[in-house]
Amino acid sequence: MNGRARHFMIAAGLVLSAFAAIPAVYGKQDLVANLSDHEIAITTGFTGAKLLLFGAIEGEGQIVVVVTGPRQSVKVRRKERVAGIWINTDSMTFDNVPSFYAVATTKPLEQIDPDIRSRQEMGLNHLNLRPADIDDDVSMEDINAFREGLVRNQVRHGLYSASSGRITLVSDRLFDTWVSFPANVVTGIYTVSVYYIQDGNPVHAQTTPLRVSKIGLGAYAFRFAHNNAAAYGVFAIVIAVLAGWLAAVIFRKV
Amino acid sequence: MHVYLPIAEISVNVFLILGMGGMIGVLSGLFGVGGGFLMTPLLIFMGVPPAVSVATSANQIVASSVSGVIAHWRRGNVDFKMGLVLLVGGVFGSSAGVALFTLLRTFGQIDLVINLSYVIFLGTIGLLMLNESVRAIVRSRRPTVRRSKLHQHTWLHGLPLKMRFRRSKLYISALLPLGIGFCVGLLTALMGVGGGFVMVPAMIYLLGMPTGVVVGTSLFQIIFVTANVTFLQAINTQTVDVVLAVTLLVGAVIGAQFGTRLGVKLKGEHLRSLLALMVLGVCAKIAVDLVVTPADLYSVDFLMGHG
Repeated sequence: MNGRARHFMIAAGLVLSAFAAIPAVYGKQDLVANLSDHEIAITTGFTGAKLLLFGAIEGEGQIVVVVTGPRQSVKVRRKERVAGIWINTDSMTFDNVPSFYAVATTKPLEQIDPDIRSRQEMGLNHLNLRPADIDDDVSMEDINAFREGLVRNQVRHGLYSASSGRITLVSDRLFDTWVSFPANVVTGIYTVSVYYIQDGNPVHAQTTPLRVSKIGLGAYAFRFAHNNAAAYGVFAIVIAVLAGWLAAVIFRKV
Repeated sequence: MHVYLPIAEISVNVFLILGMGGMIGVLSGLFGVGGGFLMTPLLIFMGVPPAVSVATSANQIVASSVSGVIAHWRRGNVDFKMGLVLLVGGVFGSSAGVALFTLLRTFGQIDLVINLSYVIFLGTIGLLMLNESVRAIVRSRRPTVRRSKLHQHTWLHGLPLKMRFRRSKLYISALLPLGIGFCVGLLTALMGVGGGFVMVPAMIYLLGMPTGVVVGTSLFQIIFVTANVTFLQAINTQTVDVVLAVTLLVGAVIGAQFGTRLGVKLKGEHLRSLLALMVLGVCAKIAVDLVVTPADLYSVDFLMGHG
């Protein structure tokens, strides 16, 4: 999307939001925000997606945008050197781990009250990651090490990101930011939350759902493999045998 | 140009996959191995989940083996009787292997078992083959050396259930190929390989089959064993990615044709020493990865599908 289109979208969004705001008491709507798209379609050519989040604020303050993907259980494993080779030894399971997480802000996150950061999961070190069942002999350092390992892995795969202070405010009113989704995103319903913060406290919040789904041939193959596994297996073998035979026939003539 | 793999759930470059398939295909036609011992590690390296790599490799090897076996069959280089006995053992072995695979996965040790099996089997077979083929090459250059016997007689030849294999010029116990088939089938499921790199030397050194029919017969039985693994993995783990397999096999079936032609021009012992070097190379790479400190000691395993 080029710059002009982007500004057009912001303007259009603002006009629409302005109309939506009219029935409410004029001037009370301090935060309006919207997404350039509410659905990401994973097609055969999918290489990831970028969505534009845009909006406007009324008054002095800062913006925090938090995007979270569907939550899953995660097993984190740690390797140790045993007899010279690296082997998975300890493991820890975390429940309700967001499969995707992105945070972006206008000002550094540290300016926000730590309690609020923890409550709203603002920032990679404020994610609510708790082990599923803790034995008494597991130390706090161990839990933290596993938690950090989990976040580090997710960042490396492009699934977690934090861009503190990356959002710019135009004339102290308009803001926009890109949210990037890599090709390995999980399907499901994502939550996009925009917080308007004054004096370190959120005064307004707006949450928009975002759907990520597979469509087309890929979606069909996925459903086929999961709903009709035996037929899919036979299909895979038949395809392979035909392709092999076809190649042998073609190459005989060459 | 990128394509999104529906089961692996990642996006990959089509030409990279085609090229990889082509390279594996040349090996497959040249040596009569499925090439899975290279394919599976390469796919994992590209970011395809290990379970998907193992299952999809099996599916792709079905295709390259079919096209390879047709080329060998035209030259009369397939011992179908021997192939059938081997594959009976192979089907039982691979079924047991898929069950063992599932069991090890719940303990979180499947990666370690896969890697250790690679190091042990590739290392042992690579060294044995290299040793034997280099001796053969040296011997062929010294024409005065007396000719050895066709094959030595050991206790293996005293086993019951003797069968005659005309094409291989052998009269041996059926228990021998049945047992070999079972062991190779077990490895096939566990390591995501066709098993040719184990089968080919076993046929030459344990059964005493003539080198000419070994490759074609090995490919013939690999078709059925990998088809069995594909089917069982599709049912048990839903990890067979048809889009990935088809892309790989387009490259592989073309490569296999060139490999087969190239193989005819090379001498048996040269072929075996080349394969031995390749096997040892992969073995060394995996061994080094086991010992070198990994970039991140922590790894993440998302449980359950999509919630």
